[in-house]
Amino acid sequence: MNEVTATVLILVSLGAIAAVILYFVSRKFRVKEDPRLPMVMEALPNTNCGGCGLPGCAAFAEALVKADDLAPYHCPVGGNEVMKEVAEILGKEVEERDPYVAVVRCSGSFEHRKQTSVYDGAANCTIASELYSGDHGCAYGCVGLGECVDACDFDAMYMDETTGLPVVIEDKCTACNACVTACPKDILELWPVGRKSQRIYVACKNEEKSGVARQECSVACTGCSKCLEECKYDAIAVEKNLATIDFEKCTLCAKCVIVCDSENIKADNVPAKTLEKLIERQQKKLEKEKAEKEKNKQAARTEKNVESPTVKSEKDAI
Amino acid sequence: MLFDNRLKTFHKGGVHPDDNKLSAEAGIEELPLPRSVTIPIYQHIGAPPKIVVERGDMVKTGQVIAVHEGFVSANIHSSVSGKVGKIDPVMDSSGYKHTAINIRVKGDEWMETIDRSEELIIEIPYSPKEIIEKIMQAGVVGQGGAAFPSHVKLSVPEGKTVDTLVINGVECEPYLTADHRLMLEKPREILVGTRILMKALGVDRAIVAIENNKEDAIALLSEMVKDHPGITVEALKVQYPQGGEKQLIEALLGREVPSGGLPHDVGAMVHNVGTTYSMYLAVQKNQPLIQRVVTVTGKSLQKPSNFLVRIGTPVIDLVAAAGGIPEDTGKVISGGPMMGKALADLKVPIAKATSGILVIPAAESKRAEVYQCLRCGKCIEACPMGLEPYQLMLLAKGENTDKTKEENILDCMECGSCSFVCPSNRPILDYIRFGKAKLKKAAKE
Repeated sequence: MNEVTATVLILVSLGAIAAVILYFVSRKFRVKEDPRLPMVMEALPNTNCGGCGLPGCAAFAEALVKADDLAPYHCPVGGNEVMKEVAEILGKEVEERDPYVAVVRCSGSFEHRKQTSVYDGAANCTIASELYSGDHGCAYGCVGLGECVDACDFDAMYMDETTGLPVVIEDKCTACNACVTACPKDILELWPVGRKSQRIYVACKNEEKSGVARQECSVACTGCSKCLEECKYDAIAVEKNLATIDFEKCTLCAKCVIVCDSENIKADNVPAKTLEKLIERQQKKLEKEKAEKEKNKQAARTEKNVESPTVKSEKDAI
Repeated sequence: MLFDNRLKTFHKGGVHPDDNKLSAEAGIEELPLPRSVTIPIYQHIGAPPKIVVERGDMVKTGQVIAVHEGFVSANIHSSVSGKVGKIDPVMDSSGYKHTAINIRVKGDEWMETIDRSEELIIEIPYSPKEIIEKIMQAGVVGQGGAAFPSHVKLSVPEGKTVDTLVINGVECEPYLTADHRLMLEKPREILVGTRILMKALGVDRAIVAIENNKEDAIALLSEMVKDHPGITVEALKVQYPQGGEKQLIEALLGREVPSGGLPHDVGAMVHNVGTTYSMYLAVQKNQPLIQRVVTVTGKSLQKPSNFLVRIGTPVIDLVAAAGGIPEDTGKVISGGPMMGKALADLKVPIAKATSGILVIPAAESKRAEVYQCLRCGKCIEACPMGLEPYQLMLLAKGENTDKTKEENILDCMECGSCSFVCPSNRPILDYIRFGKAKLKKAAKE
């Protein structure tokens, strides 16, 4: 037998033996995997953002496959569509959830708040807020070093250089919660996207008394309660000198928006026309009130005029 | 002579910043009474005390205005006589707003119980329990910087014994001279204060530790301790942070305080000279902690000084008394240049633990450009606690709380040696503080 054929034969037989061994070993130690798992993985967005509360999409898929009830699980990135797809794969039912979006609850832009000091330390909001309340007097406001923007995996945020505040790009925001946990001042909040993408919220978290709050920032909420009086739906609460709107009760009537002296109740995507109409109506109402007041005053004056002679006559009598 | 190698020192790390003790020759001056004082009620570690005065009340100097709540807390006294004004949150040196009591000054009427004479009272007729009670009533807290209530420190837990008392007159922070001047001007009182502490703790050995750049204080106290058996004076090598509690114990006694432990675990206790002086006043003169010596200094300041200041006086008053704020000022720091904190507002009040006000010119106060970490290891060499600062910084940045805990991030006393030596100007300490805060937050949850 020549050397070449011997080598080929030995190698082929070695390969065959190894294949047989591998076949039995792989059968013996096979990891049983739910066949639906890769399908669920496929359906998920695979961004590994952690917005579902689990470490990455793989862990989420595993939890979904194991779960009896899908109610506690939700992928904020994929939203209802992806969850529906997953539910179909798993043969279970899933409730539709309102999509959420991050909102910035601070309007303390450069023009509204005075800069009181200069910070030149590490460019990190948490470190800066460990040291002091920020380079402006407001201890509740945005520090402006962009930790939320760094935390965002979806390029859905940027720092506006003219205002010094973060801006959320609505279409890109997946409500993954990363910016909310990153912010040391709890300025970012997740809100339901709302009907026609309309949201009304107080863009301030300042709990100081009115005078102090206004000194710190010219648009700070002073807790004046005008919005509270205007709201017919019991959606506004004023606590610790700060108004907060309950998104579950808010009907988007936008009446609170126009009465706010600080002009700090934000109405996202509410058409300008609606607001203009409301302002017009408000002005009419104010004029009416003013006229009524004047009337009352005049009435009071005439009454006095009637009264005064009697007083005089009494005095004369004495 | 200054860097004499025969002198005792600690053995891990340490740095040599420039001394800059500009106000060492300036005697302690009493600052005129301010028009009003703002006394923060939260000036110490522990629970905030309960306010017992109302707006409109008339108070006398030394009157209690807030009573301690719980054991780890301290009384707050009025530092002036006058009328109580607003009780509102006011920004203090932390940069945040905390409740403070504003008092409008009217005259200077002291409580009748306080002995204001200069006469030295050497006899200590009180039992250890009475001494601790008196110190607690006087609201004495550690004046070295941490502001830990002194009566808590003096109440050694059962099963632990203290055999050596250390009086900390090291003052290793550059620029500061408050303790130095106090040692020169009130040496007898400090030594009686030491005797009071020795009696309270039941120890017969005390060491007054002074860094070797204060030769006059060393000479003066060495002469005076001859009348006080059991007390010795020890000169220490000039090295930062020689005045750190754990460094001091290691330098003097050769004992290492275990990680997470306290000095009484190795039979030692350290008190600052300023605190010792306050304790003398509290026990022998019934005078609560209502004033302290504060150094006001800076290279471009007209008149670097040491002032005896009532607690609650605004910082701006001190700077004005030292010649006003120079035009080239970049930063005003509360404390020393190494561990102090830049102030966001000059109206903040002097607190019990404010040891100095440092005015730094703009040219010196700017942070240099930050470069990448070279892994050169200089910070490891400099760390007096034997930690690895560069690694702690990276772990803290990544918010790896389990790992930072393993690497003993909580042992860091924030002396700033690592940031001081870093050739890449990295803000190492900032990130370590960040890591510590995250770890504490995680532990709470």
